[in-house]
Amino acid sequence: MTMNSIVTPPQNRDVFTGRRQVRMDPAMLAETLGREADVAAAENPGFLPRLVGHFHALSGNLGGQVLTFTLTIAAALIASMPLIWIGGSDLWRAASALFGGALGSGPAIAETLVQMVPLLIAGLAVAVAFHASLFNIGVEGQLVFGGLVAGVAGASLDLPPALLMLVCIFAGMAGGAVFALIPALLKAYRGAHEVVTTIMMNFVAVAISEYAVSPTGPFVAADQPSATERVPDLARLPVIWEGTRLHAGLLVALAAVIVIMWVLYRTPAGFRLRLTGANQGAARASGVSIARVTILAMLASGALAGLAGAVQVLGVYGRFYAAFSPGYGFDAIAVALLGALSPVGVIASAFFFAVLHAGSVPLQAVAGISREMVGVVSGLVVAFVAAQPAALRLLSAMRRRFAGAMPPDGLAETEVSK
Amino acid sequence: MNPGREQTMTADGASRPDTTPPAIRLVGVSKHFGPVKANRSIDLSVRQGSIHGLLGENGAGKSTLMKVLFGMMRPDAGRIEIGGRPAAFRSSADALAAGIGMVQQHFSLIGKLTVAENLILGRATSGFVARWLRPLDLESARARAIELSERLGFGIDPSARCETLSVGARQKVEILKALWGGATTLVLDEPTAALSPPDAEELYALLQNLRREGTTIVLISHKMPEIMRLCDRVTVLRDGAVAGEAEIPRAFSDPAERQALEARLVRLMIGRHRPEVPSRSSHIWPTVLSVRQLSDGQRFGPIDLDVKGGEILAVVGVEGNGQSQFVELLIGLRKAAGGGIALDGRDITDMTTLKRFQSGIAHIPEDRHRLAVADGMSLVDNASIGFIDGAPFAPTSFWLSRHRRARFAAGIVRRHKVRASSVEAPVTSLSGGNQQKLVVGRELSRAPRLMIAAQPTRGLDIGSTGAVHEALIGLRDHGAAVLLLSLDLTEVFTIADRIVVFRQGRIVGETTAADADIDRIGRWMSGVDEEARQ
Repeated sequence: MTMNSIVTPPQNRDVFTGRRQVRMDPAMLAETLGREADVAAAENPGFLPRLVGHFHALSGNLGGQVLTFTLTIAAALIASMPLIWIGGSDLWRAASALFGGALGSGPAIAETLVQMVPLLIAGLAVAVAFHASLFNIGVEGQLVFGGLVAGVAGASLDLPPALLMLVCIFAGMAGGAVFALIPALLKAYRGAHEVVTTIMMNFVAVAISEYAVSPTGPFVAADQPSATERVPDLARLPVIWEGTRLHAGLLVALAAVIVIMWVLYRTPAGFRLRLTGANQGAARASGVSIARVTILAMLASGALAGLAGAVQVLGVYGRFYAAFSPGYGFDAIAVALLGALSPVGVIASAFFFAVLHAGSVPLQAVAGISREMVGVVSGLVVAFVAAQPAALRLLSAMRRRFAGAMPPDGLAETEVSK
Repeated sequence: MNPGREQTMTADGASRPDTTPPAIRLVGVSKHFGPVKANRSIDLSVRQGSIHGLLGENGAGKSTLMKVLFGMMRPDAGRIEIGGRPAAFRSSADALAAGIGMVQQHFSLIGKLTVAENLILGRATSGFVARWLRPLDLESARARAIELSERLGFGIDPSARCETLSVGARQKVEILKALWGGATTLVLDEPTAALSPPDAEELYALLQNLRREGTTIVLISHKMPEIMRLCDRVTVLRDGAVAGEAEIPRAFSDPAERQALEARLVRLMIGRHRPEVPSRSSHIWPTVLSVRQLSDGQRFGPIDLDVKGGEILAVVGVEGNGQSQFVELLIGLRKAAGGGIALDGRDITDMTTLKRFQSGIAHIPEDRHRLAVADGMSLVDNASIGFIDGAPFAPTSFWLSRHRRARFAAGIVRRHKVRASSVEAPVTSLSGGNQQKLVVGRELSRAPRLMIAAQPTRGLDIGSTGAVHEALIGLRDHGAAVLLLSLDLTEVFTIADRIVVFRQGRIVGETTAADADIDRIGRWMSGVDEEARQ
């Protein structure tokens, strides 16, 4: 009887897995589990449509996102043209130097991908925090500290090479996470704004790492100032394209993209994180602990930043240098924003920034344009991303003017249901 | 008083002998958005100095029509005449200049500014010096506000900051603001939606005063009592077209006549009869919720309250008298400073929110945007809020099922008639009413022992309101307890079995719905009795 169903609490264990069962109306539960035959009929339209559906569900309006991405890049590049022109160079030479330098040959592409790895991982770090509405500006510091920990571990631990590599990677992630933990705790329990605390932690991280490899520091190498001892060659990330610097860090980065995508969209923890980011009040009212989500999101973000540092140390330099990061953690903010915080989008935007970085040397050498132009472009990208809402408003206002008014709230869904 | 208007007119307004042109006349106004026809060839004629009701369900086209009238949208066809002269408004500024003022459903006042400052805000002053250099003439604004306020019985202090005013007073300031620019015709969009009954009463008196002064008023509403009480004539819209019109006599000789007219209007509005008023609870089960000496250590409590299974207990009171604190204490968003809460005999005072939901509490929040839906997430995600801490959606910590959640969301959509293009659609693509239906469906799916329903039908049309009421009654009939927090006394009288009144964080009155006397409840709410005793 339905009466019993409400008076007595429903079963508390899942019939299939034995795991704790969320309290749910039995009729809805039956509907939710569904019969396999119905599922097969209703929800298995074939492999390809399902794949497309998956992708669509993850990406939302894919066409729109690709368009936004392209337009933002185009706007940033166009807006930087006058500077190139003022600098006395011609645009064509600049463009061919930049893109030819980054993509013109096999080794050039490999070098671009090398540049992409830290940007991609650090961009993910920023994006994860952003999904929880946290602005982690401390990625740079976490990345540097993670690199330091990985470098020190690699130089001083005596372990089999494969194991040492794993230990170094995890040590780097732990280092980044520890550096993110302090702002996380301050935010969760004291309400201190993470922007302020993470910025300040950047200075702490850089200062600690400089001290560690200073002439009187504890970890400085005997043969090289401002660096740690070398990590054994076999414990480094192997080169995956002979004759170039391209290392297995690229695979690590792509794996990180998949893991983060899964965590965000296909785990309860990711759901809590996104819900907290979307509406903290609704999250709290449904029983989510905001403090816990804040701490976990910052730890994940910090661990990714530390991973970026560790991969850079193990893949490119083989040791920790005090100034190994040219500001990857700050570029990562632009990477995450341009990628619209989606893990797949971050791949595309990391690639774009990698092209800029890799092309900046030929840009200076061939076209005579300062490398700092890259910083200008990345700043413009952030500005144009920030301008997107305003641009959309402007677009819809223009559409109103030309095609009559937009439908009011209540009517939009009538339209689609037809 | 205008004696000509006092006489009851039963014939069509157009055929009356009066030769004054109508204040507003719309002829064949149509407006569509893509394939959606929001307004279909609407004719409307509003007499000078009358209150004209515009009745219709959500999405019937009322707001679109008024936006067209106010120049915020341009009609696709048809014409507008103001005082007999054709008007083509290109913006709301044109409408203002023609003497039409509009009070939107949402407040537009700036809290940090005083009433007088809000009143002169945005009033265009031409010329560079006047605009940028001359000090604001707040003194004369204040004087004029006082003069208007006394003449019309506003009772508002122009130097008070708007954030310190009650909701009712703010609504009056909105009206004052619309009148400020010299409007002779006022359009009010659901002005009493957020008001408590006493505040609404004051607003009604004010509107009657305005009519006496000769102001024409168009009142958009879906509250039948207020239409019957205030309006001289009512136009009913359904599906974007005029479904019918009726004169409303100032006094009814026979209550049956009044009921017949009401029934006719409801039928016009929803195209069928009003849903049957459900029966009262037939069976009472043991106590489900038991609250003892509960307080939050600030302005709430201590309170003692029991809700039995099979009972709908309504908590009424003027907004801000402890209702939201009570809900927060019950679901664990606020720590109890004293006392305890028991659910089905188990102490839940120190439980986390999550455990309380697992123990059988469900909650339809009053403020949907703040607590119930997450903009920027999809319909599926919003349907799964609060269901992700275990099977069936999350059998392990590493897996959140997509198919099960989609089927669950589809089930809610189907059962509660949520209109949406797909379950993957962003929740913001749903109208407010459909978002509310989604929230109600989600909370009902928790198989609650105690349903906390705070304003569960706010923003819903009559059909959906009936469905929510039926669902709450279904819960009750199956032995669950329902705690209904509502500002709408009609709703309370329709479905509640027992009523308690909150005032300043305490319970000041209790009655069964069968013996409830609306005047006594009103006195409890406003605290008249207590003041008399002191």
